Amino acid sequence: MTKYLLKVKNVVKNYGDYIALENANISVPKGSIYALLGPNGAGKTTLMRIINQITGPDSGSVFFNNERLNKSHIFSIGYMPEERGLYKKMKVGEQALYLAQLKGMKYDNAIKNLKFWFKKLNISNWWDKKVEELSKGMAQKIQFIVTVVHDPELLIFDEPFSGFDPINAAVIRKEIMNLSKKGKTIIFSTHRMESVEEICDYVALINKSKTILEGPIKEIKNEYTKNTYLVELDNSNLEKNKLFEFAIKNNNCFQLSLNDGISSRDALDFINKKHNILSFKKENPTMEEVFIKAVKNA
Amino acid sequence: MRKIWLVIKREYLVRVRKKSFIIMTFLGPILLASILILPIYLANNSQDIRNIAVANQKDFNLKDNELLNFVNIPQHEINNIKTNFKDSPYYALLIIQDDTYSLYSNQQVTLNVINEIKRQIEYTLKFNNLKKLGIDDQTLKSAEQNINLKTKIINEKGESTNTHSEVSTGLGFLGGILIYMFIFMYGTMVMRGVIEEKTSRIVEVMISSLRPFQLMMGKIIGVALVGLTQFLLWVMFTVALSALAEMVLLNDVLLEPSSTESQSLIIAQIKSLTSGINLIQIFILFLFYFIAGYLMYSSLFAAVGSAVDAEADTQQFILPVTLPLILSFILIQPIIDNPDGSLAFWMSIIPFTSPIIMMVRLPFGVDSWQIIISMTILISTFIMTTWLASKIYRTGILMYGKKASFRELLKWLKY
Repeated sequence: MTKYLLKVKNVVKNYGDYIALENANISVPKGSIYALLGPNGAGKTTLMRIINQITGPDSGSVFFNNERLNKSHIFSIGYMPEERGLYKKMKVGEQALYLAQLKGMKYDNAIKNLKFWFKKLNISNWWDKKVEELSKGMAQKIQFIVTVVHDPELLIFDEPFSGFDPINAAVIRKEIMNLSKKGKTIIFSTHRMESVEEICDYVALINKSKTILEGPIKEIKNEYTKNTYLVELDNSNLEKNKLFEFAIKNNNCFQLSLNDGISSRDALDFINKKHNILSFKKENPTMEEVFIKAVKNA
Repeated sequence: MRKIWLVIKREYLVRVRKKSFIIMTFLGPILLASILILPIYLANNSQDIRNIAVANQKDFNLKDNELLNFVNIPQHEINNIKTNFKDSPYYALLIIQDDTYSLYSNQQVTLNVINEIKRQIEYTLKFNNLKKLGIDDQTLKSAEQNINLKTKIINEKGESTNTHSEVSTGLGFLGGILIYMFIFMYGTMVMRGVIEEKTSRIVEVMISSLRPFQLMMGKIIGVALVGLTQFLLWVMFTVALSALAEMVLLNDVLLEPSSTESQSLIIAQIKSLTSGINLIQIFILFLFYFIAGYLMYSSLFAAVGSAVDAEADTQQFILPVTLPLILSFILIQPIIDNPDGSLAFWMSIIPFTSPIIMMVRLPFGVDSWQIIISMTILISTFIMTTWLASKIYRTGILMYGKKASFRELLKWLKY
């Protein structure tokens, strides 16, 4: 058993003069839910296209299950791209069958799995409808099914929840979590960090074609919040001092960054002498805040 | 291979199930027949008899024919007609005065009318001059003789067969136009298919399952099979139609007791008309030029489709692709007039025009070495264009939201 299902090492991709990826490195542990975060145009889609062998890297290497990525791995990966769609004039069932067969499934097996998923998502009666008769949200469900139908080890979702209404998004989210429980490895790619941060174990931040941060989400947050605390007072007159820097969050709430060698206790004692403390806690930042800081530091 | 096969199957089935395919299959032969027959029909019917007013000083006897009707008018009416030409029943006014011959009309007189009048006047003048020299009418009449020039083709062994250049012309036209139509119809069908995949955004889902080249070739081959199916159905449909026509014709024949011929009248007629033309060779080469020409062009059409976001944007790229096709279509007539000239030769060697032009030339007989060179060049060009097109295609299909420029297409070749 290897720990990592997917490893991307020093991958570089240029389109003419445009650098899409410059030294991308990610390691995706088996069974994890992995978030690939970054603003639009950072290179996330290019990275995913390389993992899906849609394009090849200029240099660097990708390993799947410790093997160099090759054509046989296509069957072990399910990919739902951001730019997704279906043949509009084709019937839903026929089309799902076609896409499943292209993923290497035998006819009988494909039918069996598709029927299972159609039933599970309550859409069995859509089988003979044409795609153009479906709403966008309905089509997204089909899209989800054709991504997972061949039971791949690795599932990659690019901006998975865009185009879904909240109810359907919740359904899909639940199904993804179920797949994760069954041991599938899942990669999310999104620029809307808040949409995935509570369900992910691992995260990589990509900005301007580079991976600037990677690791377990808790560690990254801990690293970021090292020596950062939030304090709420009954007034707004916190004064400058040698123990910490601070920034006003709102009204009487302050974010403290302790200087080196200062413990939270020191800071607490210092404040306690002059002010009434309503609350004092370690800062729990959003991924977005982490990201902004990481970009600044990079 | 299994994946290409799956793609071919889908592309084929989706298209042959369409209503438009079924309609075209039945309408096609009728449409084609009307394209060929209509101009002839119109040409024969639109030529009403034209009245020509003749103010004749001399003693000319102009003969009416199926086109022209000559009416002698007195001198004093000339001015009357001239001033009110529009209301007069005449198409033109011919004034013969001494040795000057003038034709007046309120519109451009067609060339065949001018030629016919000129011919008749010259003929009469010649006739009169000979008479003056003492040759009597009888002698002159007997000196006239109409003949029917038979054309024959000799092969290497010195055997000769009758030919009918009208039939060769017809076959040349038919072959050329069919190839033109097929390449255009099915080439743009490929292009539209590629654009559809791009605009519906399914292409990225597809490309994560198979290589762009497999998708492109699957589509091209699938559509080619649609074309072949349609062609074969047309042939069957036409054969059935002519069998039907023969039955009707046969009934007429049977009504006439004098006729002893009862078997395959039409087939026998076709056989005699096409003697000297190698029909089997033409049919086989038609399939070859159709497939190879289509493959060459459709890969280019696919590349064009991949470079744009909507069909409306295809104009600037489609022109360089279709220009040689349109050019060869325009040149069918001049090539038929001179099927062994150097224009005909070069255009049947150049791969972008050879599928159409070679079909035009074949019924007139083409040396085998020319055919072999033309075929070889066409095959190698098709391999080259497919290679180039696949490079543009694999980049183009993943570019959304913008129309590429020619410069960008060149760049994509290097990715």
